[in-house]
Amino acid sequence: MNIGDFDLYKNMLKTKSGLTLTPDKAYLLDSRLTPIAKKWGFPSLDAMSVSLRGKPDSNMVRDIVEAMTTNETSFFRDGKPFDLFKSVVLPHMLKERSKTKSLKIWCAACSSGQEPYSLSMVLKENAPMMQGWNIQITATDISNAILENAKRAEYSQFEVQRGLPIQMLMRFFDQVNESWRLKEEIRKMVRFEHCNLLEDISKLGRFDVVFCRNVLIYFDEATKKTVLGKIAKQMEKDSFLFLGGAETVLGIAEEFKPMEGQRGLYILKDSAHSMQKPPASAAATR
Amino acid sequence: MKTCLVVDDSRVVRKVARRIIEDLGFSCIEAEDGQKAYDVCSKKMPDAILLDWNMPVMSGIEFLDKLRKMGEGGHPKVVFCTTENDMDHIQRAMNAGANEYIMKPFDSDIVESKFAQIGLIETKTG
Repeated sequence: MNIGDFDLYKNMLKTKSGLTLTPDKAYLLDSRLTPIAKKWGFPSLDAMSVSLRGKPDSNMVRDIVEAMTTNETSFFRDGKPFDLFKSVVLPHMLKERSKTKSLKIWCAACSSGQEPYSLSMVLKENAPMMQGWNIQITATDISNAILENAKRAEYSQFEVQRGLPIQMLMRFFDQVNESWRLKEEIRKMVRFEHCNLLEDISKLGRFDVVFCRNVLIYFDEATKKTVLGKIAKQMEKDSFLFLGGAETVLGIAEEFKPMEGQRGLYILKDSAHSMQKPPASAAATR
Repeated sequence: MKTCLVVDDSRVVRKVARRIIEDLGFSCIEAEDGQKAYDVCSKKMPDAILLDWNMPVMSGIEFLDKLRKMGEGGHPKVVFCTTENDMDHIQRAMNAGANEYIMKPFDSDIVESKFAQIGLIETKTG
């Protein structure tokens, strides 16, 4: 691919999705977009590139953006965040929301659904503690194609063995031919919606817990800042934000601060978080 | 160092599994059927057992039954690792006292994830 075409895709991805395409990822264009070119009837990727310089079909652009997003995920990915959800977030919410009995969770960039469904399974296992609660899990992604997969909730033998304990497979899945499908009791706990984090996200409403893991790594600094700022506006005062292991808010978003001693967990800076006791020195400098 | 007994009638599978499990910090012993595995356990109980189902002489499920009746037989964490991939087999294995279950084909991610879930190794931090 020539440099001009690389820049064409780079700019398109940046504007439409915030995705930053670095030259070392140029090889992805060939492997992921050749099938898209074929789908739209072009003899080659180069031919599609030429057509994109005119007035491209917005559906074609959407296909390109979707093909370039990374959908890597697994059940209980990285383990630790789900432990924190159980040991820190849930106890806090059980206490603080005991009057309203409402818990709203958002998985931004949910890919094929493993993250919101992992949370559903955790909540199902804690169901006795949460009787009468209204739990809403909203899961969004930029890719409509991957959202369809997520709604279907059917996973390969390989996918159900990465991170998922066998007891949960036995309890929450049905075997359908060669794959495994989540039971309806888990599927119905999650509402899937299309959402581009660069666009208006206020329609999603406000949340008590936000999972936005391994999303920011694909954005440049300015986009990270914008997206974190928008997410902050959707969060309740004493809510929690989970980021991926290689991500942080430090030096990027003023709205958040890391929760002390809880790696990957962030809270709003101006929150009166009852669980967060600022160290004496920090309190003195306020 | 923790020990893991790898039980499979295929030498290739044993070799692949051994390499993965040694990378997780175990020292490995191999057995090619349930009877040989039983003999190993009679001498010294391993901490973990990766167990195939279908083998000549004595199957994995027969071995597990016998193991759990042995004096120290409750000690090893047993992870089935088999091409049997239906719910009936999984349930039978868990009822017989298996701790986890891997459906072949497997890779290092799956073995690591299963070993972590039952506390044989530390969970990876994210």
